[in-house]
Parts: sequence; structure tokens; C-alpha cells
Amino acid sequence: MNKILLILQREYLTRVRKKSFWITTLLTPILITAIYAIPALLFFAGSDQKTVEIIDESGLFQQRFKNGKDYQFAFKKTPLTKAKTDLKSSKVAALVFIPRDIIDHPNGLQIFSEKNVSLSLENDIESIVQNEVRNQRLKRAGIDTQVIEDNRVNVNAETYSLEEGEEKSSHAGVAMGLGYVVSILLYFIVFISGSQVMNGVIEEKSNRIVEVIVSSVRPSELMLGKILGVGLVGLTQFLLWIVLTVSISSVTSTLLKSKLEAKAKTELSSKASQQQVEAAVKQMSEAGPGSKVMGLMDSMGTLPWVKILSLFLFYYLGGYLFYSSLFAAVGSAVESPQEGQQLIFPVTIPLIISMMLMNFVVNEPDSKVAFWASIIPFTSPINMMARVPFGVEWWELGLSMVLLVVGFVFTTWLASRIYRVGILMYGKKVTLKELSKWVFYKA
Amino acid sequence: MSQPLLEARHVVKRYANHTALNDVSLSIPQGCIFGLLGPNGAGKTSLIRIINQITAPDEGEILLHGEHLQPKHIADIGYLPEERGLYKKMKVGDQLIYLARLKGLSQREATERLKQWFIKFDIRDWWDKKVEDLSKGMAQKCQFIATIVHDPKLIILDEPFSGFDPINANLLKDEILELKAKGATIIFSTHRMESVEELCDQIALINRSQVVLKGDKRAIKRQFMDQTYTLEYLGSLALSEHYELISSTEVEPGVYRSQVRILPGGHVNDLLTQLIAQVELKQFSEHVPSFNDIFIQVVGETPTQALIP
Repeated sequence: MNKILLILQREYLTRVRKKSFWITTLLTPILITAIYAIPALLFFAGSDQKTVEIIDESGLFQQRFKNGKDYQFAFKKTPLTKAKTDLKSSKVAALVFIPRDIIDHPNGLQIFSEKNVSLSLENDIESIVQNEVRNQRLKRAGIDTQVIEDNRVNVNAETYSLEEGEEKSSHAGVAMGLGYVVSILLYFIVFISGSQVMNGVIEEKSNRIVEVIVSSVRPSELMLGKILGVGLVGLTQFLLWIVLTVSISSVTSTLLKSKLEAKAKTELSSKASQQQVEAAVKQMSEAGPGSKVMGLMDSMGTLPWVKILSLFLFYYLGGYLFYSSLFAAVGSAVESPQEGQQLIFPVTIPLIISMMLMNFVVNEPDSKVAFWASIIPFTSPINMMARVPFGVEWWELGLSMVLLVVGFVFTTWLASRIYRVGILMYGKKVTLKELSKWVFYKA
Repeated sequence: MSQPLLEARHVVKRYANHTALNDVSLSIPQGCIFGLLGPNGAGKTSLIRIINQITAPDEGEILLHGEHLQPKHIADIGYLPEERGLYKKMKVGDQLIYLARLKGLSQREATERLKQWFIKFDIRDWWDKKVEDLSKGMAQKCQFIATIVHDPKLIILDEPFSGFDPINANLLKDEILELKAKGATIIFSTHRMESVEELCDQIALINRSQVVLKGDKRAIKRQFMDQTYTLEYLGSLALSEHYELISSTEVEPGVYRSQVRILPGGHVNDLLTQLIAQVELKQFSEHVPSFNDIFIQVVGETPTQALIP
């Protein structure tokens, strides 16, 4: 036992001391922060407003076009032909022509531009004109616009899940998203850590140090020490990611908030009261990309985080132990990483199938397929984590966990049988059939 | 005779397609250098791996100090395999400490002992170097230190001289003799017969999974003496029917070096009488076969031929 600890320590320290470990550990949280911080920064940077000129012969649209953050609208009285020639020499982004008889001939709407008109601008203009034309036509038919406004109903369903007799607001979208994220994360961690174990085994074998080491420890101890060491490195990295992402993003959001306040202050007069500033900030953050995140945060708050995190840890360890020992077994049978890539394929097939199933499972978390995929140890780590955000019955969780433990004990035993033969076998191209024979060799 | 340090009794090891060791019995006395000889594939490495508890025998048993081999004995054995290597990216000092701790030394003990060895070999400045920056010979030296740092009672060296230049090979040889003087027992597996002549006290020759020859080095040599004598003389020689002249060369004008075998019915004293009567004898000695000769005679091929797998 003491020797396993010694091996674990070496495996852990040599990996954690590498520069590449710290680079990926630091870069990933920065990248995650950047993904949501960049749109916010673009929101601040979006000051280069474009001007759109409008010639409104009908005179109905004066109040309809409102200046937004991207576009400023200017109404002109010049004839269309002159405006068109002026457009070439001006900095105006686009010219909109609304004919006098727009109500009867809505297709008379024209947009001119030096370059192509952006699709969003075209859509905006079209929908403004379309709305007004509809309103005017309804008015003409004798229906009051107020009545129309009053009858605009928005349907937004609130979904509830019945759990432990308590009605909790749940958001299927959030659960699905989380299911995706967590199971993809699990897939990558198991895959990457497993490959690291395999390459570590190949390194020891091709270095020929393995014979010296197995004269001091049992091969199974060497294998276990390595698997546990690499697993601990993955765990360390994952915890650092969480801590760093949370701290970096909280710093970034504080910075963004203070920037938002500063912007609000400059846009209001410098003498504006604190209350006014706060109101403006609220308005801006609701209008900006932050509002969606806020809503998401609200529904994420209702999820059982402690349960999800602890289950994630369990399925990470279980899935990792289940697969990494197989990676180690394959590593022991080959002499170069290239050879390993070929022979590892049968081990990675169930992982890939897990990912394919997961796509289905997050959409149908209560289906038969989802049930079996989250029970069978080959696919359960990824697929159970895909289901957990939706809520899973305790007995299903229990069964899946017990089977996973039995599974990894079995794969570790199987792998160590192959491993002890493989590490001392040189100069032989090994097939899967050969590997399965090694399981039954006597020590 | 005192209890042998290591005893192998009727050891059998079978692999899928062949038998690597077939009823091998050996006894290695305490404090000797024991040569384990034989062509490649004869089963030497299989036996060494069994002694190191890397694999287990299918039949038979191994006793160390009269006890059945068990995990605690790992600390009593130091093993330098023929194919050897170190972690390339690891620093020399860290690596040797790690290997010593796997053999049961504490961190502090390992560091202290290793520092002494580094001073002894005058390689103190290697401590913080990475293994990939060492030459092959340097790495071999480090590996030798790793083999013996935990003061093993039994040291197993598999082709220890391969990869060493003559100067370092001599250093290693002195070190081996010093370890023996301190009471360690050394198993020395090799193809190189000149080092067997020089170092070994006892040998065992394994061929085709079986021990074909074993015992004290001098006793074996006596066993292979075939009544042949080397003589140098001035004059011309005609011997009676009981003596066969195997070869004769003129080394100086009038001076010949010959080899003579005594056939049944002859006797060395009679040979001498005849010689003295006929020639002026410059030198007369019994021919002692080299281990190279013995190897060829027993295995049927030369050790170097056997080297090629």
C-alpha cells in the first residue's frame, strides 16, 4: 500500500510540475470568462452608430423609427433620385424609400445601399413597416389600435416537476443544457486522462525502466499507483478550473458593472442623481446581453447543486477508473503511442457510443434507452450525468453506482492480468486475441 | 558447508509455447560471485525474474537464507537488468531517491546514502541534471548506484559491462569486488567469458532451459583439462605412441611451441623424461581451458554467436 502511495506521488508531482499543466489550468478559465465577457465588451464598444436615411412620402412613419444602439434614423425630404446620387458620396449606411401608397402596395418599400444591407437591418425595417401597414389597414377597417394592443397576449409556459411532494419550478432547457455540458466534460476528462495513463505506461515500457520497478513492486501496484496519480491530477485541474473560473469571472463582472455605471453616468448629464444612474444601469443591463444570463442564473439557482457536484465527482472517478485501467492494459501491450492508438480503438468505442446515446438521453431523460444507458457501467458515467439535472430516482442512482463500482473493480482486475504480461513483452506485434489470452496466463 | 544464500530447487517455468526453465536446481553460497552463463534464450532472464519475484515458477521453489521467497525479500535484492533505462524527464537525484524508496529506504536515508555514492563516483554535479542530458555511460553509472544503494545482500547484474567504456568498466569491476569483500553475494549473468574468468568464483551454465554445468570455477576447469600440455623447446622431438602432438609452431629460429596430449597408457612424468632426453626444454605447463573453450564445448557454439538472437 505504501508503495502505491509512493508511485502515486511520483506520477502526480511529475505531471503537476510540468509547464503544460499550468498553461491549460490557467488558460481554460480565462477562455470561459472570455466567452461571456467579450459580447459584453462589444456592447460597450458598439459606439460606431450608422445612419440610415429615410424618405417617407406617406408621412406615416415619423414616429415609428426609433434610434437604437446600432442605427440612427434621419428623415429627408429630397427626391429619391437626388438622394440616391448623394448616397454614394455620403457616409450613410442605407437609404429607405417609403412610397406614398405604401398601405395599398406594401411591396413598394425599397432599400438602397452602397454595400449589401445587413440582414438584421433589413428585417428591422421590414417589420416596422409591416406593423404600421397592418395597423393602418385595420384602422381603415374600423378596428381601434388600442383593441389590437390589448389583445396581444404572450404565452410563456412555466414548467413544474413534482419531486418529493413539493412543486419546484424547473426549466427543462437549463437541465438539458447542464446535462450536455456535464456529460461532455466527463467524456473529455475520461478520454484525456485515460490517454495520459496509456502514454505513461508506454513511456515506462519503452524506457525499459519498468523491469527495475517491477523488481521492487508488484505490477498491479505500479498500475494502480499510476492510475490514481493521473486521476488525482485530473481532479486537481478540475477543482482549480472551478475556483479560477469563479474568481476570474467575478472580478470581470465587477469590472464590467463599474464600466456600465460609468457609461450610464456619461450618457445622463454629469449632474444626475445616484438614483437616476441606478435606474439607467438597471435598464441597460436588462437590455444588454446580461439579461439572458440573469434569467439563466435564476433557474440554475433552483437546481440541486450539491447533489449534482457530488454525483459528478463520483461518476468522474468511477468512469475514469473503469476506463483508465483498460487504457493501461493496452499501453502495456505496445511499444509506441502510435501502436497504442490503433489498439485502443475497441476501448474507445463504448465511450463514443456513450456520447451518441447522450444526445438522445438529454432529450428523453425518462425513456427506456436513457434508463439502460445510465445503468450499464460502460455507458453509465456519461449518460447518468446527462440525466441527473432532470432528477433521477434514488434506486436507479444506487443501482447505477453499485454496478459502476463492480465494473471498475472488474476492469481493473482484468487490466492488471494483461498488464503484468504486457510490460515485459517486447518485439511482438500484439493483437486483441493475444491480449485476451494473457488474462489467463499464470503469474 | 554453511547455508547457501540462495537455493533454487527443481524450478520449472513454462510459457505458452515453450519451457523456459526445466527442473533447474542451483545453490549459491554466501559471499561469492556467481556466474550465470548461457546463450540467449537459454532461460537466464527467466530465472532472474523468478528470483526477483517478477514472475513465479510453475513448479519448484526458491529459498533465500533458507526462507521461501516472499515480498519482504525485495529489499534484500538489487537488480540491474540487461535492458535498462530511467525516466528521461526526471532529475537524476529525484529519480534515484524514488527507486531507493521503492526498495524500502526512507527519504532521508536514501538522500544521505546517494549523496555518499555521488561523492565516491565524483558525480556530484549530476544530481540536478535531467536523465536525458546524461550520456549512456553516465546513465549506466547512475543505474548501478540505484541497484546497490539499499545495501542488498544479493546483487543481480545482467550484462553489467555493456555500454561501459574500458575505464568505467574497470571502475565497475573494482566496485563489484569491493561489494563482495563487504559480504554481498553477486549473481553475474553474462556472455563475456573474459569477465567470468576474472570475477567469478562459481558458475552455472544454462543451455536449452537446463543447467548443464555448475560448480566451482577451478573445479570445472580441472574437469575440462584433457591431459594436454604446452611446451617450448629447442631441438627436434619424436614422441612415443602414448603421446599425440596436436600442434607445433616455430616461435623463434629453432624454438618450437607445441601442444601434446597424453593418450591412455602415457604419464606426465614419462613425457617429461622423454622430453628431457631429446630437447632443451624452455617451458612446460598443463593447458588450462578457457571458459570460452568450455562454453563452446558444452553448448556447441561460441558465446558471441549465441549472442545474436
